[in-house]
Amino acid sequence: MSHLKAAASRTLQLVLVLWAVVTILFLMFRLMPGNPLAAYIDPTFTVEQQEALMAQFGLDRPLWEQYFIYLGNLVQGELGQSFRYREPVAERILALLPNTLVLTFSSLIVAYAFGILAGAYLAWRRGSAAEQVAIPLVLTTRAMPEFWLGMVLLAVFSFWLGWFPAGGTRSAGAEYESLLDLYTSGEFLTYLALPALTLAIYSQGLPLLLMRSNMLDVMKEDFVTMARIKGLSNWTVVVRHAARNALLPVMTSFAIAVGYQLQGNVVVESVFSWPGLGRELVNAVSASDYPLAQGAFLMIAVVVILMNLIADLLYTLLDPRVGHA
Amino acid sequence: MREVAATRRSPGLLARLFGALKLPLNDPFAVSGLLIYAIFLVTAVFADQIAPYDPTEILYTPEYDLAADLRPGEQGHLLGTTSLGRDVFSQIVHGTRSALLIGVTAAFMVALIGSIVGLVAGYFGGWVDAVLMRLADIAFGIPFLPFVIVLAAFLEPSIWNVVLAMALVLWRDTGRVIRSQVLTLRSRGYVDAARVSGSSDLKIILRHIAPNILPLSFLYGSIAIGWAILTEASISFLGFGDPQSISWGYMLQDAFASQALAKQAYYWFVPPGICIILVVSAGFFITRGYENLLFPKLGK
Repeated sequence: MSHLKAAASRTLQLVLVLWAVVTILFLMFRLMPGNPLAAYIDPTFTVEQQEALMAQFGLDRPLWEQYFIYLGNLVQGELGQSFRYREPVAERILALLPNTLVLTFSSLIVAYAFGILAGAYLAWRRGSAAEQVAIPLVLTTRAMPEFWLGMVLLAVFSFWLGWFPAGGTRSAGAEYESLLDLYTSGEFLTYLALPALTLAIYSQGLPLLLMRSNMLDVMKEDFVTMARIKGLSNWTVVVRHAARNALLPVMTSFAIAVGYQLQGNVVVESVFSWPGLGRELVNAVSASDYPLAQGAFLMIAVVVILMNLIADLLYTLLDPRVGHA
Repeated sequence: MREVAATRRSPGLLARLFGALKLPLNDPFAVSGLLIYAIFLVTAVFADQIAPYDPTEILYTPEYDLAADLRPGEQGHLLGTTSLGRDVFSQIVHGTRSALLIGVTAAFMVALIGSIVGLVAGYFGGWVDAVLMRLADIAFGIPFLPFVIVLAAFLEPSIWNVVLAMALVLWRDTGRVIRSQVLTLRSRGYVDAARVSGSSDLKIILRHIAPNILPLSFLYGSIAIGWAILTEASISFLGFGDPQSISWGYMLQDAFASQALAKQAYYWFVPPGICIILVVSAGFFITRGYENLLFPKLGK
């Protein structure tokens, strides 16, 4: 029961956070310098289009009324018209979301698989020469600007060696029946490889360092000592007893990492011309396509908040010590 | 004699502040981090003397051709020139200025706001705590880089708007950690003793609690320096940076937009990245030394 209660109150809290972020977004785009109508209406729209948008978003009403109309529209998934594409923002964003998610999840899965194994290994070999070299190296990967790493990989593996294409998700003129066909094609993998590797190199530090420090903590606990006393082999102790228990917080950090990664995607997608949410946000802001920028920002914020919630819930559900206090 | 004793008992404010920071001078990582900071600081101060050219000057060869895309060493350019005929090495040297300026001001703002929020929330508790921590929740829900991009684009692009955007969001981590530290300090015996003897809240906070969280503030400040420099680089790379200042992020954007990757001009885009890595990891190394000092159990 206490679990359910904790989960419910946490969910409620994050719904309030979402509302606050939506409000900040509203204020940011309405109070920007210049014409307040510019948030939704491009001067090149036809008079009928302009009037329709004026009515839809209540742009001739006072600010507080606009706010409630905005909230109402949001709930219905109505985000306005993109200036550049002349199509609904919601459609555009939903079309780009899968590309961003595929990139994010593929890079994070690689990063976590590597980070967990390497972290466990480094904890096991505590004090060794390998650890002395590896830890500063991992810290260095965390200090790298992701887009710079992308540039270096692009210059070496694409422009010099010619192993991978320089950007995008498909070759010019290639047509696919559906997104699923695209994602399962061999060609797509060559496009995915470099951006995913860039993000993975940056992201592996978090699971690696977490796994290592959790392992070091767990190895000191009584049940591990007990297992040793029972005479179990070193391998059994480390893998069956210590690693399994150290893994839990690392897995909950995965959800947080998805949120962080989505923000990092903004630059990496731009380097690799990856048609995702982050690159769309940058292009929309540069081109003053305010409805699209607002929509892309909102979508990223929703995923970040959702992932924070999932991490919290996982933590309460999986760790027996939380929630019973 | 009495005067000597008096000065010995109360060392100068600066010395006391340094003592309170507890700089981890016995940790080799932390010392190398501090050394990197020192080198960059000296470079930033004497940038005009060190850089052989004005970083924005368009240079010409003795034959009056544009000195564009020179390789390192050609015509005395240590790291070659850009496609516009500007000296790469001079840009690197001048880049230290904006990096340190933005890193230090943003870190100071983040550490200051975070410490004040943490102190107030942790010490007073109750509804003050609840409100401040909900604000921190909101700050955690804002996607940081997109927020900085939108703010930098709406306000005019300048270093200060990037700093402002960072200060508005990044105080959240520092605030939470310092709050939990204050919660444990608040129940210590000497704080009770001060309260019983009639000290005001302000005096207890400033005298008895703030000095104990100063190392934590410094720790989170040095993490924030790295974040700030990385963020500025990303923002400049995306083209929302200050057009007036030469920063490492600007150099990377310039190189990327000028096809330096296809031209294999590594001398142009590798050095700015290395400088960023050095400064940011210097912050991490200092942080690590601090953690060993503040939380000794982790190191054992």
